[in-house]
Amino acid sequence: MARQSSRLESKKVNSELLTLTYGALVSQMLRDFENLEEVNKQLERIGYNMGVRLIEDFLSRTNSGRCLDMRETADKIQQAFKMYLNVQPTISNWAAATDEFSLIFDVNPLTEFVELPADVSNLRYCGILCGCIRGALEMVQLEVQCQFVQDQLKGDASTEIRVKFIRRLQDATPAGED
Amino acid sequence: MTIHNLYIFDKYGTLLHYGEWNRIKQSGITKEEEAKLMYGMLFSIKSFVNKISPTDSKDGFLYYKTNKYALHYYETPSGIRFVINTDTASTSVKEFLQQYYSKVWVEYVVKNPLWNGAPVTSDLFKQKSDEFIKQSVMFA
Repeated sequence: MARQSSRLESKKVNSELLTLTYGALVSQMLRDFENLEEVNKQLERIGYNMGVRLIEDFLSRTNSGRCLDMRETADKIQQAFKMYLNVQPTISNWAAATDEFSLIFDVNPLTEFVELPADVSNLRYCGILCGCIRGALEMVQLEVQCQFVQDQLKGDASTEIRVKFIRRLQDATPAGED
Repeated sequence: MTIHNLYIFDKYGTLLHYGEWNRIKQSGITKEEEAKLMYGMLFSIKSFVNKISPTDSKDGFLYYKTNKYALHYYETPSGIRFVINTDTASTSVKEFLQQYYSKVWVEYVVKNPLWNGAPVTSDLFKQKSDEFIKQSVMFA
C-alpha cells in the first residue's frame, strides 16, 4: 500500500534534476546523429510521444472538458505549463482571426545552465516542448502547428513559441458506420 | 447495491479492458461481438442525443436505466470511454468513473511505458482496477 500512496500524489522534483537530465539527453543525441536537423526531428518526436500521454494526466487532474475556442486552449496550455514546469508563460500576439497566439517565457527551466556553441546554432534545444503541445492537442482533436520564433539561447530577450490552429480533427467513427 | 461489469473503449471503438463482477445473465455471444455491439449502440445513442437535444448540450449522453440495471457512460476529452453497469440505486457514478480514470487508468495504464494503445494486458492494472471497484461504496 505504501507504494500506491506515494505514487498517487503529484511529486515535487527539483527542476535542476530535470534540466540536467534533459541536457544529457540532448548532448547524447548530438553525439548519436551527425545531422542537426535529425536531432531537431527526434526531439520533436519525443515531445509528441510525451504529449500524447501527458494529456491524459492533465485531463484527469483538471477535470476539464473539450475546448470550444483557441482562447480556452491557450489558457489550458498556460495552466499545464504551470503544473508541469512551474512557469507561467504569457499569452499574447493574437492573430486577428484568433487562430494563432504566442506563449512567451521569461525563464525557461529547460535551459537554465545551457549555452549553445556556435556550431550547433541551428539546434532547437527545446523542440520537445513544441512536440509536446502538438501531441497533447492532437489527442483532443485539435491539429496545430507549433514552433519557436524567439529563443533566449539564440540571443533573443525572451523565448516565444507560436501556436497556430490548423483544423479540428473529426471524431472517429466505428468501421462500417457513417 | 452492486456493480455488474465495466467496459473501456478507446476513441476508435477498440475494447481496451473488460471487467466483470456480478453478472448473472450472459449475452450468449462472444466477448468481441458483445463489445462491438456495445460500442455501436453507444455511438448511436451519442449521436442521437446530440442531434435530438433541444438545447446545446455540454455533456451529451450520461446514462440509461432499465428496471433491472443502469448503464453509465463517461467519455474523456481525449476519447477514452468508460462504461459501467450498476444496479438502479447507485448514485454519483459519473464521479466514480472520473476517479477511476484518474486513479487507475492514468496511473497504471497511461503511465506504463510498455502500453502502446492496445488492449491492456498489465496484471498490475487488472489487480488495481479490481481493488478499486471492490472497495467502492457501490460494490458492496
